[in-house]
Amino acid sequence: MPRSQDWQGGNPCIGDGLNLSDVTRAAELAARASYGKLLAILAAHSRDIALAEDALGDAFAKALALWPERGIPDNPDAWLLQVAKNGMSDRQRQLNRFPVVEAFPDMADETVPDKDFPDQRLALLMVCAHPAIAADLHTPLMLQTVLGIEAKVIARLFMVSPAALAKRLVRAKRKIRDAGIPFEIPDGNELPARSAPIFEAVYAIHTLDWLEPGDGMGDEALYLADLLIRLLTDQPEALGLAALIAFGHARRNARIANKCLVPVEKQNTDLWDKDMLAYANRQLHRAHRLDQPGRFQLEAAIQAVHMARQESGRVDWASLDKLYYALLKIAPSLGGLVAHSVVISHVHGVDAGLAALAKVESLPDRPFQPYWAARADFLARAGRADDAKAAYEKAISLTTEPPVIRFLQMRQAMI
Amino acid sequence: MRYTFLLYTDPADLADMTPDDWAAEKQVYGAYIGSLKEAGVFVDTDWLQPVDTATTLTLKGGSRQVQDGPFAETKEMLGGYFVISVPDLDAALAWAEKCPAAKTGKVEIRASAMG
Repeated sequence: MPRSQDWQGGNPCIGDGLNLSDVTRAAELAARASYGKLLAILAAHSRDIALAEDALGDAFAKALALWPERGIPDNPDAWLLQVAKNGMSDRQRQLNRFPVVEAFPDMADETVPDKDFPDQRLALLMVCAHPAIAADLHTPLMLQTVLGIEAKVIARLFMVSPAALAKRLVRAKRKIRDAGIPFEIPDGNELPARSAPIFEAVYAIHTLDWLEPGDGMGDEALYLADLLIRLLTDQPEALGLAALIAFGHARRNARIANKCLVPVEKQNTDLWDKDMLAYANRQLHRAHRLDQPGRFQLEAAIQAVHMARQESGRVDWASLDKLYYALLKIAPSLGGLVAHSVVISHVHGVDAGLAALAKVESLPDRPFQPYWAARADFLARAGRADDAKAAYEKAISLTTEPPVIRFLQMRQAMI
Repeated sequence: MRYTFLLYTDPADLADMTPDDWAAEKQVYGAYIGSLKEAGVFVDTDWLQPVDTATTLTLKGGSRQVQDGPFAETKEMLGGYFVISVPDLDAALAWAEKCPAAKTGKVEIRASAMG
């Protein structure tokens, strides 16, 4: 695989102010940045992602075999691109298929500096999150093509059958080729609508990381979000998403203690990653300056208020109340309603919290775990011990994450 | 209350698997089993041989009839099951939603008639 740590060429796309002192990680990022960029160029010109992946994989394998003997070329990316391009042409001739590889940037001259590579990764992301591709494949396609992560690894992260996922990815790539999904960046009017599924797919990686910070998915989500703010300049929601993910990632070491969930307002702020927090605040400020509020910016602002506790020593519930009010107007959701009711219970008392929760009760949806967890907390604080215990019982039965089960059991035992 | 999840998947998904592929498959299901056990709801599970190895027997009609193959041919086949112990159907649904088979196939949830 191209994520080999032996390879150290290319131009690392390291985030603004992110401290990546770890040499191994830097080398991996460098290889990854090259992989994604080169694959995007090869795929954009052939529209055949699978063919491009094979050719690029072969080119990386050749590099690993040849470079230790002959030395690393002056422009490793140009070398890899040329070898992969030749491989694709050969393969297409073998398949007796009309060659569609054309109009490659001229990479024969190895003096071409890296910065002259056209970055086609945004076009590749647009294809991965195209409306004609099943929504649950958007994220796996991005992870595989832009980051070069194997299908098996992606399947494990998503808890889905690796064999079934691999087959669905193959079919999706065939569809992209045969249906002629364009490798294009939509114009200004269409851009926000077409970017939204990309944001959703990156956000999905971040949520996977939520309770299992050890699996490195927070890094992947952050990498893609950071890439998006470079590729989509002046898009406030891209900045909001990067901020939101970074705020969450900054708390990765504080979220679980003794295998038990620790809610944000109870976390030990010494365990928060200060560099990451500063990065998040920077992106959020950049977004605010563009003055177009959106869902991700508001969610990030909510996280920013929680994390300002590190400086102030207190949670500013009144500000959270206003932010949730604004968020629910733009992007109403069950989770948002429940979270707002928790804030209301701290600003106006548990009776007001219970009244706010009643709005969730009237919604026709399946039993909602956060509703029962919030209700149990309000009932316990109101001194209604029996009702609270029963509500915790229901919440626990609906929970599938062990750290959350332990947290709820602990709260139940404290009644 | 005991609930059984009958896992229906497309056998084509598991065709031509290498030992490495099987190991990856087992890892994903192993993680799910781990969560069930940690939550204290796990009872039993099994992964069945492919449906083309099935043998179906009936004495209905008075004579012993043995058929080579499943009792019904469908695109998605019963490939395994889980038995879990949870308070109600809401909880069973929460766990079924997390089952790997739900993401690429179907999970039929049946309560135990034995209580």
